[in-house]
Order: sequence, then structure tokens, then C-alpha cells
Amino acid sequence: MSASPIDRVAKATPPKLARKIRGLSDRTIAWIFVAPSIFLLLAVNIFPLIWTINLSFTNFKANRPGREIKYIGLRNYERILGDSDIWLTMQATAHFLFWTIALQVLIGFTLAWLINRKFKGNDLWTTIIVLPMMLSPAVVGNFWTFLYQPQIGLFNYVVSFFSGVDPSSFSMLGEVSLAPWAIVIVDTWMWTPFVMLICLAGLRSIPDYIYEAAAIDRASKWRQFWTITLPMVLPFLMLAVLFRGIENFKMFDLVVQLTGGGPGSTTELTSINLKREAFEKWRTGYASAYAIILFVTVFGLASIYVKALNKVKER
Amino acid sequence: MSGYSITDPTRRQKWIAGTLVVLYALITIMPLLWIFMTGFKSPVDAIAYPPKVTFQPTLEGYVNLFTTRTRVAPEQLAALPPPETWYEAIVRNRNMVIAGPSRYGQRFLNSVIIGFGSTFLSVFLGTLAAYAFSRFRVPLKDDLLFFILSTRMMPPIAVAIPIFLMFRTLGLSDTHLGMILLYTAVNISLAVWLLKGFIDEIPREYEEAALIDGYTRFQAFYKVVLPQAATGIASTAIFCLVFAWNEYAFAVLLTSGNAQTAPPFIPTIIGVGGQDWPAVAAGATIFLLPVMIFTILLRKHLLRGITFGAVRK
Repeated sequence: MSASPIDRVAKATPPKLARKIRGLSDRTIAWIFVAPSIFLLLAVNIFPLIWTINLSFTNFKANRPGREIKYIGLRNYERILGDSDIWLTMQATAHFLFWTIALQVLIGFTLAWLINRKFKGNDLWTTIIVLPMMLSPAVVGNFWTFLYQPQIGLFNYVVSFFSGVDPSSFSMLGEVSLAPWAIVIVDTWMWTPFVMLICLAGLRSIPDYIYEAAAIDRASKWRQFWTITLPMVLPFLMLAVLFRGIENFKMFDLVVQLTGGGPGSTTELTSINLKREAFEKWRTGYASAYAIILFVTVFGLASIYVKALNKVKER
Repeated sequence: MSGYSITDPTRRQKWIAGTLVVLYALITIMPLLWIFMTGFKSPVDAIAYPPKVTFQPTLEGYVNLFTTRTRVAPEQLAALPPPETWYEAIVRNRNMVIAGPSRYGQRFLNSVIIGFGSTFLSVFLGTLAAYAFSRFRVPLKDDLLFFILSTRMMPPIAVAIPIFLMFRTLGLSDTHLGMILLYTAVNISLAVWLLKGFIDEIPREYEEAALIDGYTRFQAFYKVVLPQAATGIASTAIFCLVFAWNEYAFAVLLTSGNAQTAPPFIPTIIGVGGQDWPAVAAGATIFLLPVMIFTILLRKHLLRGITFGAVRK
């Protein structure tokens, strides 16, 4: 497959040069193989990161490139940490993170536990459950606004069918009290299968003989669950939480399509807030400082979490 | 299967578990079925109350998706020669004529070009890097690997600020090349981690035997390792493709016309008085279907792909 271009190069290479290549040491080959990837990452990830750090100390505005750039020290950082709107954004993000992870862990684990009963056709149903996770969040999120429409939306209809509430009496995306839950519901719908798959791998990694031994010792099913199943799945579960945590901290596409941060700023998660500062208000310097703060937060929290995860794994 | 074991679930347990899982699957598939069905509804059926499950299917949504239309007066319409094609007939029924093709086809093509372009590049570069990390003693190996992974922790919007400026300076804004390079850079971390896992699983002895037989490192790499890693490379490619296919944040910020992909475009399909839901659903169906097929093909490697190879099963 991808061997063919190399093949052609090899055939086209004159013999003298070929002999030289033959003589390349493993060390040189290692660098030739790694260098392009590292170079690309440096150009598209690290160089921009350094640029962002630099911009974060300035009053630069990207929509006015001609203006003189002034270095203003830590002023942007001070302003962000003193801004009460940012704390509201953080609260919205925390609400979103907490509830999506809690629901996904609960439902995902339960589903995995049920699928692990190995009923007939469990492979087929697992594949169906997994589908939403792989789809484009923007396209699916956009369609969910249709399902959430008062009166004509399928979601409102189903809710009214089971609860008797008038389907036009509530608007999931238009009401301050409901919108934060509307985004939690869609994210849970989309990402529960992710947690489920990881839990399933955890459950399947537990060898049968442990349960057999426990049964011989007359440990109750309840006790087996708490002393065998849960501790052995815990590292897997924690890994799933790590992935979901990082992903949902970055959350942008799904929520932008669903609510755009509204109503008011009730669902304005950090990424959406950042986008407004950077690409609508064009406060580039300020937004850069904001981006750095977010990055340090995620990186710091993730490192602490990974340490904890490794401790659990060692036990 | 072996005989009876005390740890096997009873038949009743299996039945209850099966019922609950099937119930959940049916609920979770509902929004997707609804997208599919809405694509075949007429605009009136799409917004009917109560929501319609049975309806007269029509291709109007698909016709609207691929065309732009203008309204004409009834007397003008009557003066026109009879419609030549079935899709013209559908449009005429609404007192309109087709003005030209819509931009959906071009946006879809952009998704294909950028998706496949970046997938090819990231898998190509990723395979080389993964082989080196797997087989050679690269200095600072663990740091480099962690560095590659950590690039995934940045919120895309945070990276987008300098990339926006960089692309503007280099003239890469709203170009296919710019988007391909960007998606390659994002995907390379996934590609390296996944492929390293796959290549680690190929016994070194195969290559060593080849080296003893007089193969060079390059030959051993492409004649021995690559064929062995083919399944891994294919599934890595699909994961990269799905990411590039679904990506929205960079696409919406860095492209506007020429290189815009389908995800930012589909939500902007509007009809009379708001979104044209059958057309949106038709666009979404065409766009989501390939990924669903890939998911079914990939189901054995799914877990590995979504966890960066951390969980292998």
C-alpha cells in the first residue's frame, strides 16, 4: 500500500546513492523517520503556542494589524482573573463537566455491566449504541435544535407523551433553567458509549476464576461486585473520566450549534467565551492570555489526575 | 463453549440484561432515525404536530439540498415548457424553478479532499515516526511521545488564534493545503500513538531475520513490517479520516468559502423562514452515512482508536 512510493523511489535511485543509503546507521534512520512529524508539530503546535504566550503580554487586536503593538506586562492576566464574567463561564463549564461525566459514568458502566451478561446478539446492539459517538458533533448538534423545538420537536413530544406537560409550554434551548440541561442531555447521548466501551474492556479483563473462587467462598453477588468488579474496573473508569474531562473542557462544536452559549450566557462554556473574545471582539492579546490560562489549567489538572491514576493501577 | 460454570449468568439474567440494552439502543438510535426520516419528508410533514412517523416519502429535501431555486409567478410558470426531469417537476410544484446547483456538492468535495489528504499525510508520517519509536532508541523518547500527546490537550480555539494569524501571513487561510496541514498536525498524535501500539505487537524477530538475510533497514521496514501492520494502518487511517471529516472549530474559524468543509455548511442551509429541515436532514444523512459504515467496519478496533491505544482489549 504505502510501500509503493518508497519502492518507486528505491528503483529510481542511482546505484551510487543507493549504496550510501544502505550504509545509513539506525540512528540516522530513526531521526529521518521522526523528524518530519516533530517538525510539523513544532510548526503547527509549538510555534503558535510560543506566539500565543508572546501575544498574551500585548494589547494586539488582530482586526487592526496596522496598529502599534504595546507590551503591557501582566495586565491581561490580571484582568481575566478579576473578571466576574469569566467566573460565570467557569461555573457553566463546571456544571457541564460534572453532570456529563456523572451521567456518562453511571449509564455507561451500567450498560457495560449488562452487555457483559453476554446475551444473544450483544455485539450487534453494542455497535448500534456506539454510533452517535463517531458522528460530527456540529451536524448532529444542529439537528438536535430541531428535536428540541417547542410544539413540533420530537424531544418535547416524547416528554409530553410521558409526563402530560404541554409540548409547547417549555423550550429546552430557550430557557435559562433548561438550557444547561439540554446540552448535558445531548452530550450524554453522544458520549455514553465511549465510557461504556472502556468499562466493557475493563469488565472483560477480569478473569472468571476470581469470581469462581469468590463463589466457593460463599461471597454474596453484592459483595463480589464491591470487592472484585468495581476495584478491577476502576482504572479503566478513571481513564474514561480523564478522556471525557479533557474533551468536555475543550467542548465547542456541539454546544455552539445547540445554544451558541445562550440564552444570555447560561451555556457559555470556556471555549465559546474564548471564541467571542478572540474572533468577535477581536481582543487578541486578552484572548491569548485566556488561552494560556486554560491550557495551564488543563495540563496541571491532567498531570495530577494521571499521577492518581497510576497509583490506582499499581495497587 | 465449556460446560456449566457458576459464574455464567442465568437465562433470566441474560433476558433482563438483553431487554434493557435493546431498549437503550432503540432510544439512542431514535435521533439518527429521525434525521434519516426527515430527509424524506415534505416541509409540511417535517414540522407537523404530533410528529409524523408515517408519511408520503418525497425527494424534495434532497432536491432542495443540491439546488438553488427562485420563485416565479403562476402565470409565468404556466408559460414555461413542461419540466424535463423529475426534480424539476418537484420544484415546479412549489411555484419555483431551479436557478442552479447549490454549494453543498462543492462543500462535500472539500470535505473529501481535506479528509483524505490529511489522512494520507498523517498516516504516512505517523507510520515512520511510530516505527522509529517502536524499534530504535530515540533520545528523549518518552518526553517526545508525551509532547506529541499533550498537543491534544489544547482547546482548538486557543490554538486557532495564532494559526489564524500565521495562515493570514502565509496566505493559507481558506485553502485546502492549509486545512490539510492543520488536520495532519492534529491527527499525527493519534496516528503515532496508535501505530506504535500496532507495530510493538509485531515480533522484532521477523525483521531481524530479514536483516540477516541481507535486507537493509528500509527493505525490512517496507517488506516485512508494513504488510504485518496493514490492519493497524488501515484502522488508524479511518480514525484520522473520521476526525478530519467531523472537525468543526478550525473549519468554521479558518475557512469561509473556497475550502469550507461540510460541517460548518450544513447548519447554514436555510429555506423560507428558518432552516429547511428536510434539506438539512438530507445533507446530514449523506454526510453521516459514510462514518456509520466505517464504524461498523471498525468495531473490533474502535476501543483502541478512541483511547489513543491506551486500552487494547
